[in-house]
Amino acid sequence: MKLFDSLRFRIATLFQRDQIRAEMEEELRSHIQHRADDLERSGLGRAEAERRARIEFGGREKYKEEIHTALGGNLIGTILQDVRFSLRVLRKSPGFTIAAVLTLALAIGANAVVFGVLNALILRPLNVPQAQSLYSVEHGPFKDVSYSYPDYLDLRDRNRSFDALAAYILAPVGLDTGSNPSQAWGYEVSGNYFDALSIQPFLGRFFHVADEHGPNSAPYLVISYAYWHSHFQDDRTVVGRVVQVNKHPFTILGVAPHEFRGTLLFFSPDLWVPMVDQEQVEGVALLGDRATRNIFMVLGHMKAGVTPEQAIADLNSVGSYLGKTYPKDDAKMTFSLARPGLAGSLLGPAVKGFMTGMMLLAGLILLAACANLGSLFAARAADHSREVALRLALGSSRTRILRGVFTEAVLISLVGGVLGLLGSIALLRLLSTWQPVPQYPMTVPVNPDALVYLVALFLALVSGFLFGAVPVRQILRTNPYEVVKAGTSGIIAGNTGRRVTLRDVLLVLQIAVCAVLVTSSLVAVRGLVRSMHSDFGFEPQNAMLMDTTLSMAGYTGDRESAMQRRMIDALATIHGVKSVGLVSQIPLGGGGSTSSIYTDQTTDLIPSKVAADPARFEISPDYFHAANTNLLEGRAFTWHDDKNSPPVAVINQLFARKIFGSVANALGKYFKTGDGTRIQVVGVVEDGKYYQLTEDPRPAMFLPFLQRHTSLTCLVVRSNRDPQLLAADIRRTVRNLDDGLPFNLVTWTQGLDIALFPSHVATVALGVLGLMGAMLSITGIFGMAAYSVSKRLRELGIRVALGAQRSEVLHAALGRPLKLLALGSTGGLILGLLATRVLAFIVYQATPRDPLVLAGVVLAMLLLGLLATWIPAQRALSVDPLILLREE
Amino acid sequence: MFLLTDQAQLLPGTLDLLILRAVSLGPLHGYGILLRIGQISENALLIEQGALYPGLFRLVRQGLLKASWGTSENNRRAKFYQLTAAGRKRLREETASWNRLAGAIAAALSPQPEEV
Repeated sequence: MKLFDSLRFRIATLFQRDQIRAEMEEELRSHIQHRADDLERSGLGRAEAERRARIEFGGREKYKEEIHTALGGNLIGTILQDVRFSLRVLRKSPGFTIAAVLTLALAIGANAVVFGVLNALILRPLNVPQAQSLYSVEHGPFKDVSYSYPDYLDLRDRNRSFDALAAYILAPVGLDTGSNPSQAWGYEVSGNYFDALSIQPFLGRFFHVADEHGPNSAPYLVISYAYWHSHFQDDRTVVGRVVQVNKHPFTILGVAPHEFRGTLLFFSPDLWVPMVDQEQVEGVALLGDRATRNIFMVLGHMKAGVTPEQAIADLNSVGSYLGKTYPKDDAKMTFSLARPGLAGSLLGPAVKGFMTGMMLLAGLILLAACANLGSLFAARAADHSREVALRLALGSSRTRILRGVFTEAVLISLVGGVLGLLGSIALLRLLSTWQPVPQYPMTVPVNPDALVYLVALFLALVSGFLFGAVPVRQILRTNPYEVVKAGTSGIIAGNTGRRVTLRDVLLVLQIAVCAVLVTSSLVAVRGLVRSMHSDFGFEPQNAMLMDTTLSMAGYTGDRESAMQRRMIDALATIHGVKSVGLVSQIPLGGGGSTSSIYTDQTTDLIPSKVAADPARFEISPDYFHAANTNLLEGRAFTWHDDKNSPPVAVINQLFARKIFGSVANALGKYFKTGDGTRIQVVGVVEDGKYYQLTEDPRPAMFLPFLQRHTSLTCLVVRSNRDPQLLAADIRRTVRNLDDGLPFNLVTWTQGLDIALFPSHVATVALGVLGLMGAMLSITGIFGMAAYSVSKRLRELGIRVALGAQRSEVLHAALGRPLKLLALGSTGGLILGLLATRVLAFIVYQATPRDPLVLAGVVLAMLLLGLLATWIPAQRALSVDPLILLREE
Repeated sequence: MFLLTDQAQLLPGTLDLLILRAVSLGPLHGYGILLRIGQISENALLIEQGALYPGLFRLVRQGLLKASWGTSENNRRAKFYQLTAAGRKRLREETASWNRLAGAIAAALSPQPEEV
């Protein structure tokens, strides 16, 4: 009841504010009149009596203020009043307000974007029910995620810790829905995939374990919502329709729900097919092969009540069973668990490291922005010190004045925060629809959610209080008597002292942050440029890639190699084409295979005796020529290296040195593959990059495609002709051979996009942050320099009048900001060089020990300083002592 | 009459008690309360005139006083305060507790036999 009364009172006072104020005014007036009546009676004149009465009453404003506080219910009222007052004050200095709001909008926007990405990729689990208990299973010391199908079946059936273990493979699929056959990307999944993830279909039904009855027994297809929308125009009758998958009839069973985009964040499939149909989908039958690990990932929900440690122990016991039972194929497996969204340890650590670094940098930006705004506020407080003193003298309390400052700060931070958030939402939405590599269904699903909004607003509020707190001490120290007595000159003396002020420290910090950002973005850019021109072991310039999978058009076995040969011959006849080479998977193209090999002396071909795991490529005789890969020793393949001649290989330098001791020694020697085949080395080529730009040199071997079939086909077409014209010719030629074969056609430089993707992202992100840091530094230094010049104009005028040289004036006016700039830049440069070690994981050859980077940073900071102090310097130089002294 | 030099500073919290006591004899306006306090304390207490009002508003808000506009003896409009039932109760309690406190302190400070 009491609470209710008090609440009613508060609300009543809120609404009757004006009435209460009027009554209060009247009551106080009445008091003074009564007192004056008394004084008049004691013999004073009316006017004098009223004057005395007012003096005796004391500080009327102060008491009114206290009454308001006593009423308490006015809390909301006071806040509203504060806000109104602050808005008035801010409107009076639009330049300051706009600068502050924009600075904060940029900083908050940057943080919201980085956090949005961090949230979407790392914090937010996959969009499946109970994602918290979903783990992917990795094995071995290198956290390998891949398994062979028989091993997967054993894991699935023998473990006791998971509700169900599902598996999937990423595969391109030739999909013919009746009109234009095109390539789609799919997951080949185990029959229990949808059930294990508890996903319900949007339309129709999903396939289940019961639908599988051995290889190629389940010609069913589930399409994604996005693919249904874009390729079937939301047609609900699509369920039950028969379409051609690699020329095999498959029935569309259903459509997956909109929010389910596969189990790999970066890779949203167009469709799902049962893994038992692998032979029809990929053109190879590997399901029975325990040694070939072509399952991309195994994942499942851990049973309730099972701890990760128990699950790992359980899996390890299955692993040791596998090692014992199949010593030829499986070494004893040890397992670990990871989050499936980023392919566990494949991408997880790199993405996490990068995003954490970015978040730190973004945080530094925000800190720099706060430092900037803090000094702006401090400068304003100094300018307003007379006003503050006057208000204090008139009886205003210090808390009230501080509240005013904080209200201004929070208002600015909220407006800036909302602006920044809006910008970041737009950017994140854009980023979500971005397809960085056109050949792959790669996306960066980073749509913002409530958490992002909350974090952004929270950061805005915190920064508001942070920079609002800067001038607090200044205001608390204000002695109204001193200030009013001394006038403006007194404040100047107080502020130009040689002491190190908080503002100096803030500026140095801010410049250091900026230098860190500039350094790291320069290192990233340099690394990117260098990686574009580095030695890949092939020459991507002046070449086009025609990329397809023959099984998508129904080719198998010998028909495959015959078709491949026809394609090579046909493309070679195109006008202006110098050479055409075939390779199963183009190096640095985002895919790749390895094979375990043994030395020729090894008889016991078990996993522990493996001599090397070289990258493996099947190539045509002309590949090295078309790719411009240098043959160092021996010969390349000929068309006679086919099934009827002994198996041969070309290896790279590292392979030769690792297995045979030297390049010269390798020629003519033999090594063994897992199935015991002896392969003779006929040639050695230069080392190259095969999977990633940042990889260490690794052994590689090339096998003739006539001896080892490959359905994956990438034709390298070397020509100096204009790529567009050439592309038209290539398209026509391939269509003439088979118009049902889907394929991709890009220049080789475009083909490298996927390999360069991480460095591109890092460079752009760092570049943007670096630019923002630079902008903040410019405004910070500018603000400080301009302020110090304007405060010391009179002093400078006197110096000029006394005959100071231009350089002396400049030194007096700008010496301090420039000294701070030098200090901050040096600190930032050192920090930045330390920080770039982290970058080396993402950006190819990101080394801080690069004279160009060092020079670039120094130059950038100098330029920054010059830019920021130019206008204040002009102002200092144009001081006219006469005008100044007259004004005073 | 309010500027005598040997006036004592008010102890914190006692102004409210004085106000309650002053209006306990009948409705008074602000200035009247001040005069009444001067009268009952024989001008021994120093109160700045304006300081009275925050206290008055606080007591109204707490429901110990109620206020209404009326006409004063000088024929001026003024706001009159009077005790509510809760105010009367509070005055009794506060007076009792003040007397206990004052008695205790007086006893503690009075010269003891052994000190003499």
